Amino acid sequence: MGVSLADAVTISARNVVKAFGQGSGVVRALDDVSVDIRQGEFFTLLGPSGCGKTTLLRLIAGFEMPTEGTILLDGTDITTLPPNRRPVNTVFQSYALFPHLTVAQNISFGLEMLGKPASEVKARTAAMLALVKLEAMAGRKTSQLSGGQQQRVALARALAPQPKVLLLDEPLSALDLKLRKEMQIELKRLQLETGITFIFVTHDQEEALTMSDRIAVMSAGKIQQVGSAKDIYIHPKNRFVASFIGETNFLHGTAEAGAIRLATGERIDVPGLPAGGEATVSVRPEQVRLGLPSDGLKATVRTLVYFGTDTHCHLALADGTEVVARLQSPASGEAGLVEGQAVGIRFADGAVQRVED
Amino acid sequence: MSPAEEQALRASARNGWLLSLPALVVLALAASGPLLIVVYYSFLTANDTGGVIRQFSIEGWRSIFLSYDIFEDRYTLADAHLKIFWRSVWLSLTTTALTFVIGFPTAWFIATRPPSQRALWLFLITIPFWTNLLIRTFAINEVIRNEGILNTTLLWLGVISEPLRIVYTETAVLIGMTYVYLPLMVLPLYATIERFDMRLLEAAYDLYASRWTTLRRVILPIVKPGIIAGSILVFVPSLGAYVTPRILGGGKKMMIGNFIELQFLQGRNWPLGAALSVLLLIIVMAALLVYVRVANRDRSAGHG
Repeated sequence: MGVSLADAVTISARNVVKAFGQGSGVVRALDDVSVDIRQGEFFTLLGPSGCGKTTLLRLIAGFEMPTEGTILLDGTDITTLPPNRRPVNTVFQSYALFPHLTVAQNISFGLEMLGKPASEVKARTAAMLALVKLEAMAGRKTSQLSGGQQQRVALARALAPQPKVLLLDEPLSALDLKLRKEMQIELKRLQLETGITFIFVTHDQEEALTMSDRIAVMSAGKIQQVGSAKDIYIHPKNRFVASFIGETNFLHGTAEAGAIRLATGERIDVPGLPAGGEATVSVRPEQVRLGLPSDGLKATVRTLVYFGTDTHCHLALADGTEVVARLQSPASGEAGLVEGQAVGIRFADGAVQRVED
Repeated sequence: MSPAEEQALRASARNGWLLSLPALVVLALAASGPLLIVVYYSFLTANDTGGVIRQFSIEGWRSIFLSYDIFEDRYTLADAHLKIFWRSVWLSLTTTALTFVIGFPTAWFIATRPPSQRALWLFLITIPFWTNLLIRTFAINEVIRNEGILNTTLLWLGVISEPLRIVYTETAVLIGMTYVYLPLMVLPLYATIERFDMRLLEAAYDLYASRWTTLRRVILPIVKPGIIAGSILVFVPSLGAYVTPRILGGGKKMMIGNFIELQFLQGRNWPLGAALSVLLLIIVMAALLVYVRVANRDRSAGHG
């Protein structure tokens, strides 16, 4: 990947609306979505089911037409182009492998449809089989393969025609945990080796965080935030993003200049917060530090939950607001806290983030 | 294997035979029995007043292919008989093709309706079965005859200036047989199309296949078992069709079935009739063998 290409936009969705149903029953699966996906990046659409992520993917693939808005591929309007004329391939959630064809025939299908010469079809198919390490399975029917192998065939089949963009619709959801971890690494490797833009749909936040260059968090037909895994985790824009990605504590209060005043009357520093009105801040549990009761916000230990590597300490502030602290478990496994103990809470520098409601 | 295990195995094998005995008896009495009688009769001598004389003869079989010329005192090829065979095979193949061409879109349509509506459509397909075949065939006759509904309508619309002569032609027989056997094509096709994973269409479409190529390279190969089943179900009864060619062909466009009837009734030549029946069976079996062989070869050859 040349550095100069890094910022070139491959897929651009502009004010895309997709409505299903008629009359009063209209559901807006996508509500004015605009997003730019860069050349060669691993871009993830993340959100709960029904958030519109799969609909956006199907619009890019061409299986659905948007109600409003346009979709550009390398600057060309492809909004109404049928799927067989878009240089975009899909890895389906169900794989949708052709049951009457062998592994090799599945992989060469797209190349044959493009009318590539037989020698090229053969060479590309062999290269793809090698890429997904299925050379030994070339002559098998797809029904004779395991789930992980079928997944690889689906990937090879979609990559064989060298699309500009590869769309992946929750491709790992049918695999068990161990295989899923392996395929995550495999997918990332394939993406780096081929340099193809990957658009990956998932509802699994961990999958999104570990694999993606950038993530678009979606909810209720809208993109809530776009950014790198760190961006989204550290600077969540709103309550939805903060709570969907990882776990977090929300604290609500009145905004004062550079701080927020809680209902308990205590102040938390929020650098740059303008005074006036209500405000909510988010603090990740691992950024909560416990100390002596005289030190910081006054709190009481409610329960301790041991998770192995760390221990979750559920605390209550003076007004009953719950705050969770994630403490690294000491070697003994005992966090040295007892239920009902009075403690003081501090937050690590920069850990307090203002979020929109 | 221990002796006890062997004994248990033998006992279970014995029980298996005992349990399948009713089926074997029915098969022997209902399938093999009558068939053997037909084969036996085909090798007997004809009695001019009907029935047979119990005396071995191959005249029945010979007269299928050769006819005796009394003037020249020699056997000549029985052109008329061969023509009937050819017509039967040709009409049956065409009927099979026509029912497929009409039946495939029909089955596809039904299979792609919402599940709650499919039962209704299938029900509509089977309605013609409720009425006697003879009556349905006369109804077809009423539609296509010279003063029938079709011709009157076309004349009234000015599409034609004189009635189309359809009735008592091969076309009439084809129309009739296609109508009668269509459900036999639609039902097995529906059964396979209903199981077809429609997501494969998106996969093919995504991989640059046009609609036509998707049909040819993905849909047809996958629903082939349904096509084979439907074709067999239509072809076999078409070949032995009797009522439809009799009424719509007007006795002039005879098929094997009518020819066999002729031998047993007016012809008073039971051995010939029996030999023809056996021959019909052989043709059907040969056709099925060829069909299955071709279908399997396609499958193993694939697209490589």
